[in-house]
Amino acid sequence: MKLSRIISNAGEWLSGDGPHRQVVVSSRIRLARNLTRTAFPGWAKRAERVETLGLIRPAIELLPEMHDACVQNLTELTALERQVLVERHLISREHAAKGAGSAVVMNAEQTLSFMINEEDHLRMQAIRCGLQLREAYAMVDRCDTELATRLDFAYHENLGYLTACPTNVGTGMRASAMLHLPGLVMSDQINKIINSVNKIGLAVRGLHGEGTEAMGNLFQVSNQTTLGESEEQIIDRLHEVIVHIVEHEENARQALVERRATTVLDQIGRAYGILCNAHSMTSKEALNLLSVLKLGTDLGLFPDSARVMIDELFIETQPAHLQKGAQGQKMTAEARDALRAALIRATLKQLPEPDMTKVSIPKPTEATKEPDDE
Amino acid sequence: MQCDVCGEKDASVFLTQIVEGKMQKVNLCEACSKAKGVNDPTGFALADLLLGLGAAQQLDKSPAAHKCPVCGFTQADFKKTGRLGCSECYTTFADGLAGMLANMHKGTTHVGKAPGGHARRRELAAKMKSLQMTLDEAVATEKYEEAADLRDQIRQIETELTP
Ligand SMILES: [Zn+2]
Ligand SMILES: [Zn+2]
Repeated sequence: MKLSRIISNAGEWLSGDGPHRQVVVSSRIRLARNLTRTAFPGWAKRAERVETLGLIRPAIELLPEMHDACVQNLTELTALERQVLVERHLISREHAAKGAGSAVVMNAEQTLSFMINEEDHLRMQAIRCGLQLREAYAMVDRCDTELATRLDFAYHENLGYLTACPTNVGTGMRASAMLHLPGLVMSDQINKIINSVNKIGLAVRGLHGEGTEAMGNLFQVSNQTTLGESEEQIIDRLHEVIVHIVEHEENARQALVERRATTVLDQIGRAYGILCNAHSMTSKEALNLLSVLKLGTDLGLFPDSARVMIDELFIETQPAHLQKGAQGQKMTAEARDALRAALIRATLKQLPEPDMTKVSIPKPTEATKEPDDE
Repeated sequence: MQCDVCGEKDASVFLTQIVEGKMQKVNLCEACSKAKGVNDPTGFALADLLLGLGAAQQLDKSPAAHKCPVCGFTQADFKKTGRLGCSECYTTFADGLAGMLANMHKGTTHVGKAPGGHARRRELAAKMKSLQMTLDEAVATEKYEEAADLRDQIRQIETELTP
């Protein structure tokens, strides 16, 4: 399958549906694996990296999940194509900087991606829409089990899976979710949440920028330790914390609508006005205004069809995604800001004005009542 | 304030993170924060970064002359990169790594998934331990027939465990 098809289509996690979709944008699981007694990519010589690639790549291509996969050596990609994959969360920024011996394998739905010779010999990732950490884990777990029948993964009886960085040793797993938390930011509760989550060994940080400076009200929650807890324990703990954050966010939105309705409606109306009429927009401004529009959709001011439109704009207005439309010509920042504004204006033409009479308070979910197993 | 990574430029990005009640702080200049992927929370862990900035000293507990027999990695290399050379390095530098891992993680022993063969071995080892306990009890209570049976079972697992 061609890379161009990946680039021209949105990933399933973006357009699909999943539990707690209004707050949890996506769930992601990444596993780090290495070949035994083989120099890790950062320490290996070029020839060794190429050899590692020759072992791992065919094993991945044999996975039934990856029969129609897009396979790319990093050296064959332009800087722009790499950047697009980073903005899609299909490869890491670090992987994008890699050269000979490094490759990426992605499925057509863009729900599974394998980075070969990143910091570790192999990093596999599953990404799903909404709160689906367990489902995402099931996907990578299946791939990992099958790969282990063909590849000799470095494993230590006491330390578990061995990784280039000691911070990943054990499960080699990083589980994370991207959360949209405008209610907690607007009501100044976000720092309290960040602090309490950090205290229990999980990390929360702004997806772009830190703390309250976070742009687009997007935050990433993830586990910070990998040794001493099983995959299921880590995921359960994270899942539970996220359900609580979702509950706090829904309560915050409800309180805002009840007590500060005018302020909220004013912000949504202004965001709509600016997005529909601006002719130059930085990515920071776009992220922040799109976040407000997303909140407006959750509150019922826009039709449901607005959701995918807005989520796609979050991705499509990032620098490399804008640049890819420019046929290889390097754009200036000003040109990009103009193009970003034009793209947003054109897309939002299909979006009716916010109907302020339709404000519906989201029904808070009760975390305590959620069944343990679903 | 100077950047903790390059030690040259003024720091403009200040990170704080509390993990397991321990506060970690690091100050970075604009260029280094970009280079380290700070803006990319999906691939970024503060602990990874700190590892390259002094936490690596802990490997000193291993004798200085140690060199990984498989990949040739040394302590000095770890101090520079905060990463290890190969899987065998975990054995070579085990003494120095033990303390570091204990500080970094929730526990010191892996309890999760294991690759096929390993998982089977772990299962058998656990089964043997419990059989051994039952055997001790059988011997203590003079149930010799049962004890003989248990010994057979243990011997069978032993042969399966020896590669
Ligand atoms: Zn610096
Ligand atoms: Zn080594």
